Amino acid sequence: MSDVVYEKQNPAFYALIVALVVMSIGPILMMLMTSMKLNVDIMSDTSSLIFMPTIRNYETALCDMLWYTPEHVGYCDPTFGRALVNSLLVAFISTVLTLVLGCMAAYAIVRFRFMGRDMVSLTTLVMRMVPPAVLLVPVFGIWTFQFGLDGTRGGIILVYVAMNLPFVIWILQSFIVQVPIQLEEAARMDGAGPFQVFFLVVLPIIKPGLAAASIFTFRVAWNEFLLANALADRNSRTVPVTIVNSLTEYDIDWGVIMATGMLLAIPPIIFTFVASRQIITGMTAGAVKG
Amino acid sequence: MQTANINRLTPYLFLAPAVIVMTIALMYPIGYMIYASFLDWNPSQRIGEADFVGLRNYVNLWSDEAFIESFLVTIKFAAIVVSLEMFVGVGLALLLDRNIRGMSVLRTLFILPMMIAPIVVGLMWRYMYHPTVGIFNRTLKSMGLEPIPWLSNGDWAFTSVIIADVWQWTPFIFILSLAALQSLPQSALEAAKIDGATGWQQIIYIKLPLMMPVLIVTLLLRLIDAFKVLEVILVMTNGGPGLSTEILSLRISRTASEFRELGEAAAMSNVLLILLMVLTLGMFLYNKAVEVRNARLVANAEKDV
Repeated sequence: MSDVVYEKQNPAFYALIVALVVMSIGPILMMLMTSMKLNVDIMSDTSSLIFMPTIRNYETALCDMLWYTPEHVGYCDPTFGRALVNSLLVAFISTVLTLVLGCMAAYAIVRFRFMGRDMVSLTTLVMRMVPPAVLLVPVFGIWTFQFGLDGTRGGIILVYVAMNLPFVIWILQSFIVQVPIQLEEAARMDGAGPFQVFFLVVLPIIKPGLAAASIFTFRVAWNEFLLANALADRNSRTVPVTIVNSLTEYDIDWGVIMATGMLLAIPPIIFTFVASRQIITGMTAGAVKG
Repeated sequence: MQTANINRLTPYLFLAPAVIVMTIALMYPIGYMIYASFLDWNPSQRIGEADFVGLRNYVNLWSDEAFIESFLVTIKFAAIVVSLEMFVGVGLALLLDRNIRGMSVLRTLFILPMMIAPIVVGLMWRYMYHPTVGIFNRTLKSMGLEPIPWLSNGDWAFTSVIIADVWQWTPFIFILSLAALQSLPQSALEAAKIDGATGWQQIIYIKLPLMMPVLIVTLLLRLIDAFKVLEVILVMTNGGPGLSTEILSLRISRTASEFRELGEAAAMSNVLLILLMVLTLGMFLYNKAVEVRNARLVANAEKDV
């Protein structure tokens, strides 16, 4: 890296970059700051940058999951803690399921060539554009009256897996195509069955693809609101649903709601910093490679 | 003998689980929705008990002023948002396509708005637009200006929603166009430089035409997503004031849950789906056309050699 020569740029150029950075992360920082303010500080007229940071809002949101009882919380509302557990369960299980099913299907499509690839890419494209709002009515009807899955976490997981599969298959297939077939043939010569070839040879090679696919799946399952809202009952609500429910028209407790928003935003933010390269690969794979 | 059988079955075994899940939880619901759009159906009924009303739901839609209004709002929203984002995103990519330190950090920071939940994005902007504690009105007040009714006046609310969406999604276009720029053939650019092309000439005659395929796909992807936006607007304005920001997906969800007209909501979903289907097919055909043209170009080039 050290031999890369960086061009010298005009100062105005750096000013532009600083402005862009402030614009893109400013709102997020503001949410972080608000979540650490007391309501007195939020409402006060003085400068918004100087205040005493506090974790009270987080304590209020998470009260029933703490090992101690925060003294400022008069009545402990367990809604958010429960929703956090639900969100984690739903997001993790649906990510794992989607990945397992998705990479098996992608492998079959690439290697066995018994179906037109065009057909698959068209179907995935078509499915990718289906908005959750369109699934709302039928999923509500079917899950309630036919599958009996309404109000359960399993029902929510099932929709998420189905919703994410097309994208995951599509992106994994673009990675599997690049695995040299000779490697697999060599393994088969050594007596490995198709399942062994898949799990021991192919999967380790496409790890970056798996990382990208899992981040995208997790993100959709973690962030989705509309279908979770239609399907969940009191006990299976996820975090986005509780946040929207607590947004009443007039009396909004900004500190606590920003703390819950921040907790919802933290996992995707961590992923972004850990795996931004994979995310960008996943994002550009579709458009740039065609 | 047995191994051969297993080998022949493998592709189906590998494909089956995914196909089953997608069939029961994606294809079936969509088919079901198309059927439901011909029914007079409310949420307390089983679908078998609902009356078949033929095309009545669709006919009702075209005489329903609120639906037409939200259809127009959706189109207006998507058109404005996508053209703004394309303009700014591509512009920034052209400007920042340089060999500078920290470009990867910059890209990481830029994808943050897309990664966090739309609900949270809506929350942040609703707070910033807040009439008294929000930063915008505070700043205006400290400069001695009149506060702006960001979310409580129809036109302003529409503008506010657009600003939030531009903030969230311009980076998407920026990153895709930057990737396209960096994969351009260097030889064409160098040839142009040697021929004395100025910066603007390079952009207009070389960079933009070569980026065009990626730009068009990006545009269509973004357009499709713009029709899917729901949560940000739901949290910020819930479609109000009046119908000024009520986009189609919001209308669908309200028709289903507040007005309890599942049949009508299904008909609306169908209209939205057809709209998106046309866009997607357009994108697919465009991709095909480009592929065919490239193949022909390669073939011609080989013939010449």
